[in-house]
Amino acid sequence: MSKALRRDARRRAWNVRAVILLPALWLAVFFLVPFLIVLKISLSQTVIAQPPYIPVLDLAAGWQGVKDFVAGLSPESYGLLGSDDLYYTSYLRSLSIAAFSVAILLVIGYPMAYGISRAPRRVQAILVLAVILPFLTAFLIRIYAWINILQRDGLLNKVLLTLGLVHEPPIWLSTDTAIYIGIVYSYLPFMVLPLYASLEKMDGALLEAAADLGCPWWKSFWLVTVPLSLPGVMAGVLLCFIPIVGEFVVPDLLGGSDALMIGQTLWTEFFLNKDWPVASAVAVALLLLLIVPIVIYQHLQVRALANDPGKAGL
Amino acid sequence: MRRGLSAFNITAVTLGLAFLYLPVVILVINSFNASRLVTVWGGWSLRWYAELLNDSAMLEAAWTSIRIGLLSATAATVLGTLAAVVLVRAGRFRGRTLFTGMVYAPLVMPEVITGLSLLLLFVAAGIDRGFWTVTLAHTTVTMCFVTVVVQARLISFDIGLEEAAMDLGCPPLKAFLTITLPLIFPAIAAGWMLAFTLSLDDLVIASFTTGPGATTLPIRIYSEVRLGVKPQINAICTIMIAVVAVGVIVAAVATKRRGSTGSF
Repeated sequence: MSKALRRDARRRAWNVRAVILLPALWLAVFFLVPFLIVLKISLSQTVIAQPPYIPVLDLAAGWQGVKDFVAGLSPESYGLLGSDDLYYTSYLRSLSIAAFSVAILLVIGYPMAYGISRAPRRVQAILVLAVILPFLTAFLIRIYAWINILQRDGLLNKVLLTLGLVHEPPIWLSTDTAIYIGIVYSYLPFMVLPLYASLEKMDGALLEAAADLGCPWWKSFWLVTVPLSLPGVMAGVLLCFIPIVGEFVVPDLLGGSDALMIGQTLWTEFFLNKDWPVASAVAVALLLLLIVPIVIYQHLQVRALANDPGKAGL
Repeated sequence: MRRGLSAFNITAVTLGLAFLYLPVVILVINSFNASRLVTVWGGWSLRWYAELLNDSAMLEAAWTSIRIGLLSATAATVLGTLAAVVLVRAGRFRGRTLFTGMVYAPLVMPEVITGLSLLLLFVAAGIDRGFWTVTLAHTTVTMCFVTVVVQARLISFDIGLEEAAMDLGCPPLKAFLTITLPLIFPAIAAGWMLAFTLSLDDLVIASFTTGPGATTLPIRIYSEVRLGVKPQINAICTIMIAVVAVGVIVAAVATKRRGSTGSF
């Protein structure tokens, strides 16, 4: 009997190994290999040709081809990144916009997630769906909706003028304020959902115990609720911070053209300057900048799943 | 947790939701504005929807996007579900960390990097860019979202049901297909929906990987929006919002009727 069971287990394990092949191969070809190509092209030089870079690896020429290829590589593009202020300032600008946006997102998202987690169960499900729904309606549309509101004779200025808060319509579009509004608006669901997930799991008895022992609500909030929600805070912060650093659409449509975020710089190098090696170098540098937060994020994801009680069934 | 809402809780949630929905509501109302000037109200009208029907470039872009969305979402659902099964069922295996990394990294990877790297892959492989390259790119990115959705459902799935079937002599594959798959189907459907809307929505990755003759709807809208607000754009956006809203509501109702919690 036990022999049969063991054979069963072995067969099942084999099935799983067979299942892994397709997704693993797919991701290797379309996610991993492309990064190696980006790395390679960032070490190439721009030429006016098709494709617009040299050296091109010529495998047909055999070993000599590989040698020529390696000899042709150069860190020139990275030298450019270091020497021109443009790149340095746009990396810094992206990081500071991302950091500041995440702070605003936390301030707006935390009370929302907290409020949702305290609502009755049935209402919670509806509220969560209400937070997800805008995320499912196109990103581009939602940014475009803000152009409607923020333009010179848009709704915001009309309201402000009617209320007598301003006498001259202020300019909103093409300012950093507009970028912040757009980013906070687009990423709010990504902040609220992880926060809600961690707040909702919290054991209310802890707060009751604190209250029974005479702890004022603000103190128990700070000493009990906040520390327990920290995994959610971390997940929300990383889930927002990493993509915001590379954001392109929001600053392009709502921001001004005088200062660029790094995503826009990459886009410009690629589509306007047609400089593929420099665009690749910008991408590699951006990835290096983000590798630490990405690794932390993955670690959190894996741990969150491992802590899930549902896993006990395995 | 002790339930009970304070005035502060209610205010925070209400203001937050108003912030999320107000711009979309204004956009929808504006799409019915008869006036050419978006800022002046000229009465209710379907004029811009009628003009949309004559905008063949926009219609063609919409059709391209829908086809790419259907194909890539379906492929992504198959691949993503397989990846989820591996992550939940395979236990430890060599390369698990790498595999997990490849599944989670695309979720947060800035789109400009993913787009550029896929484009360079297609160039290096000598593949002509167009409809199929966008479809491949979207499949790659959206399959990871499907994995996350299906994985959450699989983890809470009672494996005992499948084991019971196998103890009774059901082959593993058949047990998976006839027991597990139907039970996690709401999550798979939700994953497909998510993949489809993400594909329909994507501007950056599509811009990098597309070629002549394959202009997607977001690329088309983007080129119009850069020139300023236009009433026709409000109309096409409203249609897209309506399609997604109907889809989500149908999915929610269907999930409910199946008596399952789904994973949204």
